[in-house]
Order: sequence, then C-alpha cells, then structure tokens
Amino acid sequence: MKVFCNGEAQEIAPGSRAIDCLNKLGLDASSVVVECDGKILTREEYGSHALQDGSVLELIRFVGGG
Amino acid sequence: MLTIAGRKFRSRLFGGTGKFSSPEVMKEALAASGCEMVTVALRRIDLNNPADDIMSVLDRERYLFLPNTSGARDAAEAIRLARLARASGGGEWLKLEVTPDPRTLLPDPIETLKATEELVKEGFKVLPYMNADPILALRLQDAGAVAVMPLGSPIGTNQGVLTRFQIEIIIAQAQVPVIVDAGLGAPSHVAEAMEMGADAVLVNTAIAVAGDPVRMARAFAMAVEAGRIAYESGLGAVRKDAAPSSPEDGLGFLR
Repeated sequence: MKVFCNGEAQEIAPGSRAIDCLNKLGLDASSVVVECDGKILTREEYGSHALQDGSVLELIRFVGGG
Repeated sequence: MLTIAGRKFRSRLFGGTGKFSSPEVMKEALAASGCEMVTVALRRIDLNNPADDIMSVLDRERYLFLPNTSGARDAAEAIRLARLARASGGGEWLKLEVTPDPRTLLPDPIETLKATEELVKEGFKVLPYMNADPILALRLQDAGAVAVMPLGSPIGTNQGVLTRFQIEIIIAQAQVPVIVDAGLGAPSHVAEAMEMGADAVLVNTAIAVAGDPVRMARAFAMAVEAGRIAYESGLGAVRKDAAPSSPEDGLGFLR
C-alpha cells in the first residue's frame, strides 16, 4: 500500500505500523514526532498505530532556530 | 537571579540555534555565551538527509529547550506547532511566534493573544514574541504568559533597540519578566536593553553569523552582564545642560 511521508509517496507493506515506516526511512524514533492524518501520535503509539492506504504522515523534528 | 515561571537562570542571555555554520560551532558558541535556555524550531525531516539531527549535539541537561513556533502565520498554525513541540519531547516551554508577513516577520498581535490564551489553557509556559506594545504586553500577561518578548527591531536585522520608548514602558509596567528579542545585532545593543532594565535578552543571528561566533558569544555575555550591573547600580540622570565634574570652587587664583 502507499502512504505519503512529508509529501513523498512511500510503498509499505499492508498492515504496517508507524514505527515500520520510520524504520524503512532510517529515522530514529526517539527524535521524531509523527503526525498521522492530522493526529499527533505519542511515542507509545508508534508501534501500535496502523497505517491505512493513503495515510498522510508528517515526520517532524527539532532544527536550529531563533 | 532571574526567575521565569519558578525556574531560576544565572545567565540573562538566551541563545538561538539557527544559522550557525556547523553544529560544532553552535555548540561551542552556546557554551561561550553561558546561556542556559536555547530556542529551537520544528521542521519536516529532510528524508534525503535524515542524519542531520541537532538534538545529537545539544545537551538537554545543560540547556532548557525553548521550542518556537516560527513559520506560523496564525494562531491555529502556532497551536499545531506547539503541540508537535510538546510531543517531540520539547517540554512545556514555548516561544510563541506568529508572523504572517515574511517580509517584515512582525508578529500578529491578535493571533498571538488568541494562541496565548489557548496554549496557557493547555498547560504551556508561553513566552510570546510581540511587537513592543505596552498595552499588548499587559494583555498577554493577563492571559497567562510567563514572560513577554518585545522586539528591539525586526528579526535578523541587527538594527538594535529601535523600540526604546515602548520597551521602557513595558519594563515599568510588566509583572512578568521582559526579554528583549530580535534585532539585537551588537553587544552594545544588548547592553542598552539591559541598562534599561530588561530582565534578559535573546540573541541568535548576531552571534551565529559573526566572523568568530565563539568570541562574539563571549562579547554578548559580557555586555549582558555589564548592562545588568549598570542597571542594578543606578545610572546617573540624563540632563540637557553641562555640569562640571571638577569642583567649581577654588578657581579664585586664576582671575
């Protein structure tokens, strides 16, 4: 199935959880916040939140700023 | 010692983490500045460069993170960013920025007040970036802001304290700490703000883009300290006419 991560389409296995997507992209879950279809996931939900075909994920983290 | 929302700060200089040439320079400059609170921003991860992570060089034991809502153009966007910051482990502290016009980056007072009211309800410790408007400072304070952050001049301009008259009133009236933020481009600018009685200043661009950011950070730290000591010591009155420093008596032998 297809999900959209930061605007880019990603092909992932049906039944994938948020954590599977982070792992596929090589992201350290401890430094990433995930917003899935407009809902912010807690860290505890990364392993349980099932993605749907067409889910829109925003993968956000801290960067330098003033 | 400065206290904001019950937390004590030895340093009255807060640092930004943007625009540094490298994470290593940033880390060294922040150390040289002596600051204990640093601002950070939230952005989408660059999926082509996922290893680029600022958190790996900043010591959370040493610095209190102050996530900002930079990029937000209205209250709704700022609130979304604030919630993301908290979910990212950024804690409850928040520099609220709502800047609808990318040319001036001036803050929207109405959206800033609306967002402050909501985020205070949600338990955030809100430090709103604001235009130097004394009435707005009181409104934000009444809404529960733990400090106010009036601008000296527009973000990133290095023009110094162009809002002196208004900031003097804000300092005189505010019950919460006043942190002068934005546009402070030289150590003399922060010294001026501190001499006026500002509780603290926030500096990013002027240190980050300096020829030698580490030494510049030290210069800013010294200026903040000098300005604070001068304020606490009581500056002499400004007067129009000259007043001799040497005795006026005892000149009879000259004429």
